[in-house]
Amino acid sequence: MMRNFFRKLTGSQLIIPLFSLLLLIVFNLIRDVSFFSISIVTNNQGYPVLSGNLISILNGASAVAIMSIGMTLITSCCKGQDISVAAVAAIAGSVFVSVLRSREITIPVIILAFLYACLVSVLFSLFNGVLVAVFKIQPMIATLILFSAGRSIAYWINGGATPTISNPLLAAIGGFIPGIPIPTPIIIMVIFLILIILVLKFTTLGLYTQVVGINEGTAHLNGINPVLVKLLAFVISGICVATAGCITVCRIGLINHETLLLDAEMDVILAVAIGGTALSGGRFNLYGSVIGAYIIQALTVTLYAMKVPSAAVKAYKAVVIIIIVVMSSPVVKEFIVKLYKRIFKKETDIKAAANTA
Amino acid sequence: MKNICKSFPGVRALKNVDFTLRKGEIHALMGENGAGKSTLIKVLTGVHPKDSGQIFLDMGGSLKEINVRSPQEAQNLGISTVYQEITLCPNLTVAENMFIGRGNYRLVNWRTMKKRAADILEKLNIPARAAQQLGTCSIAVQQMVAIARAVDMECKVLILDEPTSSLDEQEVEKLFSLMQDLKSRGVGIIFITHFLDQVYQVSDRITVLRNGELVGEYEAKELPKVQLISKMMGKDLEDVSAIKKQKPPEEKNDVPPVYEAVGLSSINFPNAFDFRISKGEVNGFTGLLGSGRSESVRAIFAADKITGGRIRINGKEVKIRKPKDAMKQGIGYLPEDRKRDGIVEDLSVRENIILALQVMKGFFKPFSRAEAEAFADKYIKLLGIKTASMDTPIKQLSGGNQQKAIVARWLLTNPQYLILDEPTRGIDVGTKVEIQKLILKLAEEGVSVTFISSEIEEMLRTCSRLIVMRDRKMVGELKGDEMTQDNIMHMIAGEAVHDA
Amino acid sequence: MGRNNNMLTGKLKNRRREPISNTNLLMSITVCTFFGMYLFAMIVWGGGFLNPQQFLDLFNNNAYLLIVACGLTMVMISGGIDISGGGITALVTMVCVVYLDDHGGTVLGSMLIALGIGLAFGLVQGILIAYLDIQPFIVTLAGMFFARGMITIVSIAPRTAAHEEFLKLKQARITLPGIGYYGKSGNFIPAQIEPGVIVAITVVIVVAVILKWTRFGRNLYAVGGNSHSALTLGINVKRTKFFAYLLAGLLSGIGGYVYLLHTGAGDAANAAQAEMQAIASNIIGGTLLTGGVGNVIGTLFGMLSLKTITNIVIASGLTKPYYQSITTGLMLCFFILLQSVILAVRERGPVRLLLPEWLRFGEIKRGEKK
Repeated sequence: MMRNFFRKLTGSQLIIPLFSLLLLIVFNLIRDVSFFSISIVTNNQGYPVLSGNLISILNGASAVAIMSIGMTLITSCCKGQDISVAAVAAIAGSVFVSVLRSREITIPVIILAFLYACLVSVLFSLFNGVLVAVFKIQPMIATLILFSAGRSIAYWINGGATPTISNPLLAAIGGFIPGIPIPTPIIIMVIFLILIILVLKFTTLGLYTQVVGINEGTAHLNGINPVLVKLLAFVISGICVATAGCITVCRIGLINHETLLLDAEMDVILAVAIGGTALSGGRFNLYGSVIGAYIIQALTVTLYAMKVPSAAVKAYKAVVIIIIVVMSSPVVKEFIVKLYKRIFKKETDIKAAANTA
Repeated sequence: MKNICKSFPGVRALKNVDFTLRKGEIHALMGENGAGKSTLIKVLTGVHPKDSGQIFLDMGGSLKEINVRSPQEAQNLGISTVYQEITLCPNLTVAENMFIGRGNYRLVNWRTMKKRAADILEKLNIPARAAQQLGTCSIAVQQMVAIARAVDMECKVLILDEPTSSLDEQEVEKLFSLMQDLKSRGVGIIFITHFLDQVYQVSDRITVLRNGELVGEYEAKELPKVQLISKMMGKDLEDVSAIKKQKPPEEKNDVPPVYEAVGLSSINFPNAFDFRISKGEVNGFTGLLGSGRSESVRAIFAADKITGGRIRINGKEVKIRKPKDAMKQGIGYLPEDRKRDGIVEDLSVRENIILALQVMKGFFKPFSRAEAEAFADKYIKLLGIKTASMDTPIKQLSGGNQQKAIVARWLLTNPQYLILDEPTRGIDVGTKVEIQKLILKLAEEGVSVTFISSEIEEMLRTCSRLIVMRDRKMVGELKGDEMTQDNIMHMIAGEAVHDA
Repeated sequence: MGRNNNMLTGKLKNRRREPISNTNLLMSITVCTFFGMYLFAMIVWGGGFLNPQQFLDLFNNNAYLLIVACGLTMVMISGGIDISGGGITALVTMVCVVYLDDHGGTVLGSMLIALGIGLAFGLVQGILIAYLDIQPFIVTLAGMFFARGMITIVSIAPRTAAHEEFLKLKQARITLPGIGYYGKSGNFIPAQIEPGVIVAITVVIVVAVILKWTRFGRNLYAVGGNSHSALTLGINVKRTKFFAYLLAGLLSGIGGYVYLLHTGAGDAANAAQAEMQAIASNIIGGTLLTGGVGNVIGTLFGMLSLKTITNIVIASGLTKPYYQSITTGLMLCFFILLQSVILAVRERGPVRLLLPEWLRFGEIKRGEKK
């Protein structure tokens, strides 16, 4: 019975990300039992809120996790990565801020600003999408254009400034809604995830994306329009990216085109890879990508807790990433399986010998 | 003289298989798909390691045991392979493809390479230029270049894996004369093919494998064709002759044809053609390689961009501009290249089967797991698809079973007109028969079928009407008793006389 | 003859010369673009563009980038990607400065260290990618992260080299007789080339030779064109890929040293964006990300074009910093589209989607009956 469960678990695509997450958790618990403790503190507005490393991880990873959803879909059907996501997020953030600064900030205005940011983000994503789907350019190359120019465009939108924006409503979105102890970004992330799950359940998006990614010609011969599927993936990613950009702006309180979600695209791609989706396209693992995002954030928080200077965090991240990816490499997996069989064989041999003795 | 002797106990794909190749002989290796032929060859050429057993090679007059660990080692030992899929690099020139990876050179001498390549190309009468980029040559020429490479390497053992699948008759003759030439030079050739006639044309001996085991080794002269087939299938083949020839349906003039096209043309089939097929009729397209058979049916299914034509389904005019339109009209299409266009390899058998029907149902109405499983289950049983479970990735199935799954996909859509392009290519004899029977059964039930096969016999057996093609044009039609191999040839040749 | 050569889709007409290969065509376009741009700039804006020193500065300031880009060319031809170049470069600058100043090292020693670091990165990345079959993007991304992270571990603050011997080397210049410009005071100042440029040009020549004439170089093309075929043709694919990454790492190390010769300082922000600029140089120069096609001469001119655009933007008065990135983006866009259109037209004959009838030059058969 145990063996069947074990086999099912190792066969599941989620094994590596879950295992890595487990390792991180165990490591932290060993180091400091109270690492994951959640406490209730009173925040600036006088409301009781949850606080602690765990909360910090879940909160900080929200933006990357949301973007990784879009990236997973793009990777799956376009067989490549979109490296411009962070730059487009900066553009979306810029648009969000510029709309807000032009009016009095109320809830309808925030919604308007967000929709506007979404629209702009989707347009830029479609630009990428058209290059990839219609002109058949490799995603990483096509998105290199916005990667280079995107942040500058964001800068230009705000007239070459880095305006700050402060308002209790925005702080609520980036921080805590009065009365709710869970940070809002986490809530937004959960809502987003649920939406995507619903979309995957009530449409054939999952199937179509995978078919297009695995074999585009066959998709065409079965009545699927690969161009539409790819464009749709980019549209969804555009919405994800806009959401992530706006949340981050609300949390930080300003829009700096240079630093907003700096290097986040790398984190997003890493999240997708750790999560078990092949970067070369095909079958995807959405839950894995989201877990991957949390793993990366957990790693960052762990390192900060160990007093590692922020500039050096990259190096540690790199090592951990390598370990995880090496573990998932098929060559290594085969090796471990062989090793496992050898050990197991010895055991059964011993048992057999013991029985006959 | 013995060249190789081999035995492997205990390998899943091969159980205690012995194989002997003599110097200067052409030895055919036969067996259904999954019989172990490819595995045997891959072990010999170092692509897979063997679990146990020994390989001996004649080196300098005596048999020595060898251990082949990589294709490079095999090449060095004088064992060359030419695969069915072109294993050359399309971005390099013809000359480079012939010489790369060989020998011990450090620096490239372009001039010498070009000259040597040009010499070989001329000697073997291959229509390509040494400095031409390989990707611009046709598949047939690319294959010949691959063979030229092997020939130039003075191999002792030449393995040809389905070399004739993409060649037309003239090219096959050229290949065979090349093989005879090599034979006279003492090269041992292992010839793997599904074309039974070709086996008898050139082979000296035949080895048959079935289910990973050796069935036997025979002299070609002493083994009649029927016996060969029965040994490969493990049962007698009265099934084949039991297939009755279908009578052409009486042309009822008041019932409009299921499908009718007037002036249909696509970018791959620019010569507009007319075509109609009635309910329950089985027709075939035949012609030499490159005559446009596949392109014409792709035009019917709108798999290629349509440039003109009017379509009528059951008398009503419709627009078919893309595959989805054709599917909505009840047309199904099984593509010629199942690996490239048919299967979605990483997806499960179940997902592959429901794919077409799902697309027809629509984006917002996905099948529930239970529904999908029910469909898959029904067709796995109906067609006898051998698979571990319906969740197995389809790439793990053998060619024949993959083909059955794709057939299942289209049957599930309940088509009124099914197009099958080379459904029997590259699969075992047993499944071939099953498919031909299935075609006739479908016709009986009122489904119209267009059947394309390079084995004319199969079409003669099942079709009631044959359309002959040449150079992307329809040149004639044969019905009933007119359908014989001779007439087909005449019709193809007839047009050429007309031209001059 | 009955079935005339419809087998040979490549044979359009009876030509004596071969049609130009993809690699060379793309490269030619890049070269022409560069010269066209520069001439245009010389005519329209004159001034700086007529100054030969500015042209030479394209090399002086970007020698390191050229070296890194050459390494990347080899990797891309083999079908892979390497984004660790910038990180390795920066790490090398910091480590060498610390070595020279804090540990009293020799100039030779520092050069060896640079090579060593580059080789080390190339070695590890090569093993992970070629032998353990891990995605190159992730491995080299981790490599970049690791390198950049290590810089601050070596030294938190930026450091300027103060080592005497080294400074002598840094300040060495090669003067070109006869070519020069007139300075503000009317003196003739001859044009100068930094030592790093010599290294860069040597690297370009060496890599070009490797790619065209050595077995390893041709193997790179084969592996990039179809790695499965390459394997059955007897090429050791894993070893070829491994050496591609090893060399790329080594060249990044050399690039790092050249960077140090140019700026004389180690800083965590050195060579920022270098990897993306190297990729851009390659793309503009005609190296395909999918592999099998590429040429270092193209990369050279790709880099020159990339940098010239920046100069043009400044000269035309658009001084806001964001204009530079936007124009770089536009230029990339143009070249990427150009490549895809040209390749589509050449390989598939009539392009299905985009081009009108008159641009098709493909399967026009003779005697077509309608």
